[in-house]
Amino acid sequence: MNSSSADRRLYMLSRHLAGTISNEGSGISSSPTSAGNSVFGNVVRAPEDPILGVTVAYNKDPSPVKLNLGVGAYRTEEGKPLVLNVVRKAEHLLVNDRSRIKEYLPIVGLADFNKLSAKLILGSDSPAIQGNRVTTVQCLSGTGSLRVGAEFLAKHYYQRTIYIPNPTWGNHTKIFTLGGLTVKTYRYYDPVTRGLNIQGLLEDLNSAPSGSIVLLHACAHNPTGVDPTFDQWGQIRQLIRSKNLLPFFDSAYQGFASGNLDKDAESVRMFVSDGGECFIAQSYAKNMGLYGERVGALSIVCRNADVASRVESQLKLVIRPMYSSPPIHGASIVATILKDRNLYNEWTLELKAMADRIITMRKQLFDALSARGTPGNWTHIIKQIGMFTFTGLNTKQVAFMTKEFHIYMTSDGRISMAGLSSRTVPHLADAIHAAVTTVG
Amino acid sequence: MVHSAQHRADLFELGLMGKKERKFEETIKQVEKRSGAIFTHPNVGTYFFIIINFTLNKIKHQATCPDFSSGNRKPHRESDSVNLRSMALRTAITRRILGSSSAVHGSRSMSSWWKNVEPAPKDPILGVTEAFLADPSPDKVNVGVGAYRDDNGKPVVLECVREAERRIAGSMNMEYLPMGGSNKMVDETLKLAYGENSDLIKDKRIAAVQALSGTGACRLFADFQKRFSPDSHIYIPVPTWSNHHNIWRDANVPQRTFHYYHPETKGLDFASLMDDVKNAPKGSVFLLHACAHNPTGVDPTVEQWKEMSYQFKVKGHFAFFDMAYQGFASGDPEKDVQSIRIFLEDGHLIGCSQSYAKNMGLYGQRVGCLSLVCEDEKQAVAVKSQLQQIARPMYSNPPVHGALIVSTVLGNPDLKQLWLKEVKGMADRIIGMRSALRENIEKLGSPLSWEHITNQIGMFCYSGMTPEQVDRLTNEFHIYMTRNGRISMAGVTTGNVEYLAKAIHEVTKT
Repeated sequence: MNSSSADRRLYMLSRHLAGTISNEGSGISSSPTSAGNSVFGNVVRAPEDPILGVTVAYNKDPSPVKLNLGVGAYRTEEGKPLVLNVVRKAEHLLVNDRSRIKEYLPIVGLADFNKLSAKLILGSDSPAIQGNRVTTVQCLSGTGSLRVGAEFLAKHYYQRTIYIPNPTWGNHTKIFTLGGLTVKTYRYYDPVTRGLNIQGLLEDLNSAPSGSIVLLHACAHNPTGVDPTFDQWGQIRQLIRSKNLLPFFDSAYQGFASGNLDKDAESVRMFVSDGGECFIAQSYAKNMGLYGERVGALSIVCRNADVASRVESQLKLVIRPMYSSPPIHGASIVATILKDRNLYNEWTLELKAMADRIITMRKQLFDALSARGTPGNWTHIIKQIGMFTFTGLNTKQVAFMTKEFHIYMTSDGRISMAGLSSRTVPHLADAIHAAVTTVG
Repeated sequence: MVHSAQHRADLFELGLMGKKERKFEETIKQVEKRSGAIFTHPNVGTYFFIIINFTLNKIKHQATCPDFSSGNRKPHRESDSVNLRSMALRTAITRRILGSSSAVHGSRSMSSWWKNVEPAPKDPILGVTEAFLADPSPDKVNVGVGAYRDDNGKPVVLECVREAERRIAGSMNMEYLPMGGSNKMVDETLKLAYGENSDLIKDKRIAAVQALSGTGACRLFADFQKRFSPDSHIYIPVPTWSNHHNIWRDANVPQRTFHYYHPETKGLDFASLMDDVKNAPKGSVFLLHACAHNPTGVDPTVEQWKEMSYQFKVKGHFAFFDMAYQGFASGDPEKDVQSIRIFLEDGHLIGCSQSYAKNMGLYGQRVGCLSLVCEDEKQAVAVKSQLQQIARPMYSNPPVHGALIVSTVLGNPDLKQLWLKEVKGMADRIIGMRSALRENIEKLGSPLSWEHITNQIGMFCYSGMTPEQVDRLTNEFHIYMTRNGRISMAGVTTGNVEYLAKAIHEVTKT
């Protein structure tokens, strides 16, 4: 120890005298971590996220008429983000409750929140819940729920392939891949009808290997807004069960699609009521406006209570090395609202108002395009469901709209209806009209 | 043909068994039900085995999974491959039998996919609190998890935090943060680690993102390390926070260890540590606790840190600092960060995980930061973008609330002053409890040396007690701590220190 102390002092001295780090004569070889040589020298800059990058580009644009129709975050008629009244009330209750502390949540999250979330998606009278067959863990919004589910599957399930619809939310592929699964697609959207390609869907799922995982958007498919009808869901369910495929629902828009929470959960409940197993990822980002709080839940419906309990214990082992336990704030807000009848009812009204405003925007955009005589069939604008419209515009047309009209949207032609207002609909209609008529 | 339990169940429920097989199957089911045994691959031999042993009442529980009850974290690989093989066999057979026929109606005929999922062992740290909560004894003491308690044993929300929450309540929206989190919060956090006037900050050479507390920051780094330094190992001190092993394992980064704790002296095994540093291949990645080592409370001295920094230079090692207790160790955040500053002064390009769980009491908010020092601004931009690529498929963007609290507290001079005062208060109370505990045990005439209680620093004391002694503390005295003998000093109060001392003396005096 003494000699290396001396070494060190000599080194410091020589460095001080030389003014720079000396490599000669001191016996110290050049260190990769000395200033000048980073171990991450080979790291190249990653491309912008295709969805979140839209907002980045939007923010940079100085134009006064710019319109952000990229990320699916709800906006009011005034174009402002919205914090729901019930959320403010809940926050107020929480802040003023001095007895509240901010200790670690359990790994699986806030117990109340978990129970209430399961009830919300499965129905409060769900036999699966009553039979203790459901394990629910709080996760970081939809993304986190999907990722935890994927990692659990990669560790404990024998099939490593998940089938996702084509197209789907841009982040799905990365989530499942990094979670350890192989991603394949099944046909979903029919560009000709701008509706569901049910035949293609059924064919592709039918040829999937038994036991494969299937990702299903519970409602308000992102990005297309095209949902199966109730009967079509029945067909899908039957096929999935007969092929022993494992359904994994992504429910990010419950209440946002039709304005009714129970109606938007029909697809999930249909699958659960046949007694089979499934995964469900829930998000409160949109329907409670809690975006940045990252609130969500992963529910795994199992065959029996014993299995559900073991599964829960293994979920903890996935979560602990990822972030130990989930954030408390958002989940507390949700629990406060869901467990109070008045707040819950108020929430359903605010939710319906948001869904209704979007439906109104759809109508207004459709009318505006009809009024301009914009070529093409635009009925899909009013037929599609949820926050997004898959316009059918191509990347060239989208780029044109961004450049000439300062309209920001994802390059697949998806627009967030939530970003529109009566004031901005004409501008968008003009842009679409121009794009369609001047750009091929 | 010998079938796995799963496959037998399938065939049974599908009605694809012959009469004889059905009867056999029903018998097996009954026996399983009454004995609790699980027959994984029964055949005719099993049948006779059952008859004989059932009559003799000798059926033991046939373990179908490795034993996790010891709390030993066994890798899942073993059982995984068994499950995979039997599952794969089952699929092949099932598929051949079922073909494309729709003989299966609904899913009532399928048993659970998760039948073979084993119950996971309880987390060694968080499981302690669960057990504590379940204990009805009025004397119970929780010195398990490292969450601060005041002298009444109550959790604390710092005043600066309450005030910050009051200021922000109702005024902010809840929009998504960028993938890299709150810039404001990250800026303030970097100042704490790198210094208010850091050139690295001025020159924008630090790639930094908001992370989910310390765990999240370590995990982002581990995933990043795997992606961009795929052949590297992580050198982890012995002992360390148990979750470190889980984090790098799940990131698929192979682990090696280096000497740290010296059980005889209950201090630092510096000689062996330096040997390990010297013997590690050039350019190895080391995990270092910046201050208040968890679980031992044993920190290198300033001189020792300087030695390490020098040797790291010689070997070209990469230093990744986990700093979860800045301010908590000495009470002075500037003092607690000296290890990092020493390395920075020597020109190391370090990585750093920071957490506000303890020093701002924001445990459940999950607020932290991961930073990596780069050669220049351009590289920092590139590295940050890649960190975001790792965050996006994990949770998209980090939670806003906790970050807002941090940036409000640190961004307002009055709140920041209050925070510094409160942090010092917490650290001082712990230092006081260390003295009290040591004095109380010594007063009882213990033959052992307890000076390590006051030599060690931070929230934890590595008592040196064995797992058996810890079990006695729990079973006889209702005192809860992790089985490695780690005492969370934050759980010690003037109210329970005597009781704790008495109990410790009881189980260690022989």
